[in-house]
Amino acid sequence: MFARCVDLAPGWDGASRFLPWIIALMVYLSGLALSATMVLEQIIDRWRAGLQGSITVVVDPFVGSADAQTDARVEAALSVILATPGVLSATPMAKADVAGLVEPWLGKDLLSMDLPIPRLIDVALNRNGDADLAGLAERLGTAVPGSRIEDHKVWLQKVLRLARTSELIAILIVVLIALAAAATVVFATRTGLAVQRDVIEVLHLIGARDAYIARQFQGKAVFPALWGGTIGLLLAGITVAVLWLLARDLEGSLLPTVRLHPPFLAGLAALPLAGAAIASITARVTVMRFLARML
Amino acid sequence: MAGANHLVRFENVGMRYGDEPEVLRDITFHLGPGSYHFLTGPSGAGKTSLLRLMYLAHQPSRGSVSIFNHDVASTPRDELPDLRRRIGVVFQNFRLLDHLSALDNVALPLRIAGARRDTIQEHVAELLTWVGLGEYLDAQPRTLSDGEKQRVAIARAVISRPRLLLADEPTGSVDGEQGSRILHLFEELNKIGTTVVLATHDRTIIERYKHPVLHIEQGTLSVRRNVAKGGK
Ligand SMILES: Nc1ncnc2c1ncn2[C@@H]1O[C@H](COP(=O)(O)OP(=O)(O)O)[C@@H](O)[C@H]1O
Ligand SMILES: [Mg+2]
Repeated sequence: MFARCVDLAPGWDGASRFLPWIIALMVYLSGLALSATMVLEQIIDRWRAGLQGSITVVVDPFVGSADAQTDARVEAALSVILATPGVLSATPMAKADVAGLVEPWLGKDLLSMDLPIPRLIDVALNRNGDADLAGLAERLGTAVPGSRIEDHKVWLQKVLRLARTSELIAILIVVLIALAAAATVVFATRTGLAVQRDVIEVLHLIGARDAYIARQFQGKAVFPALWGGTIGLLLAGITVAVLWLLARDLEGSLLPTVRLHPPFLAGLAALPLAGAAIASITARVTVMRFLARML
Repeated sequence: MAGANHLVRFENVGMRYGDEPEVLRDITFHLGPGSYHFLTGPSGAGKTSLLRLMYLAHQPSRGSVSIFNHDVASTPRDELPDLRRRIGVVFQNFRLLDHLSALDNVALPLRIAGARRDTIQEHVAELLTWVGLGEYLDAQPRTLSDGEKQRVAIARAVISRPRLLLADEPTGSVDGEQGSRILHLFEELNKIGTTVVLATHDRTIIERYKHPVLHIEQGTLSVRRNVAKGGK
């Protein structure tokens, strides 16, 4: 206990009964949001690294056309691709390899029926990422109808946008809960100020500064916030650990092995402190505003 | 006004509570350093109200109040605590903090001013013992009699050696002997330079100590030399 928190009578604490739980909820959700963000960032980073510097061009065979015809169209596509600035190399995948890729889904029997299997061309781009993909797509469209760029980038961008939107929503929810926590502190502090008006006047008349009185209310808000925040952090830790174990059990899961970076851990540990800071600052501002109206 | 060294100076001061009519009108007086005045007047005349203006609990509705040569209206709000720390107040209804012990109540002005913990403890215990409450250091105010509360309130008012001591009927709840002790304390404090204003309607006190009288009646103030019958 702070020895300095003694001047105000106990009793206004009733109004701040919910404060620890609201701060706990805030820290809990923030903890989950922070963890989810960290996992997303790592997944996205890995995808981006894997996709950087390569695209795939698909040449669809025309129905009923002979292999030789399709081969010729692949050749035509290759020459257009190689003429594009920023392209390092282009390698057509052998028909057998493509068949091997789709076999698990279609089965040998269907394949042997000589279905039209699309041809794939692996295109390596230079590292700068300045390859003229839009121009390439346009020229491919005119020179080799029925061909297209399998654009990972567009797809990746959509995934990124989705991820960012989820993060934003998470942040928004946390902000709303923080506002609710602040409102609770304002309410509890105002109640305390009204109940203790007489004590506050005496303190004033004895020569207490506003900050001295505010500190006492801050002390009353900080401790519930701190222990509420600690509970929220513990619950978030348990939840994340459980999700982690469940995700690890998913064989061949999309989730890459996620590492716990120190900045992330520090961020998690700081959450209860952030809750306490919100409580403290809100109490202070509320008291100072109230006192400014007194002589 | 320049050069005139007044601890308290009122110029045409009016005071009202809220929108009600003025309870004090055209109050003009000044108190020199080291002076001792009685403040008298019938009940409801405005003695407490006048003291409230002096201990900076209330703004005048007109006129100017200056304390320690600071015009209160033009003093920045954050400088008021420094002025208040030089004023000791014995409130009429004591205004002790109910959840604090007698010791902590008396220690409050020192703690607020940031004094060291061990010196606080020592000084406060000594003073409380002097006013006869050595046995009650840890007592809660609600367990004390009115007379005891009053002595705690007086100890709190004088603990930080104020330059101006304002006492609102400080002997109202104590018996004759305790009352004499308190009045003797005020005399001693006045001798070492404390300016004292003591509100009372006890004629015997006023006649015993020949201090000038500020008399309030129907909201206006007159200053009277205290020429008691049989006095010099
Ligand atoms: N807080 C208050 N609100 C409104 N009126 C008050 C208040 N305090 C005192 N008064 C009025 O002001 C007048 C002077 O009161 P007060 O200063 O307490 O007189 P005294 O101390 O001489 O008995 C009285 O008429 C009283 O009713
Ligand atoms: Mg009175």
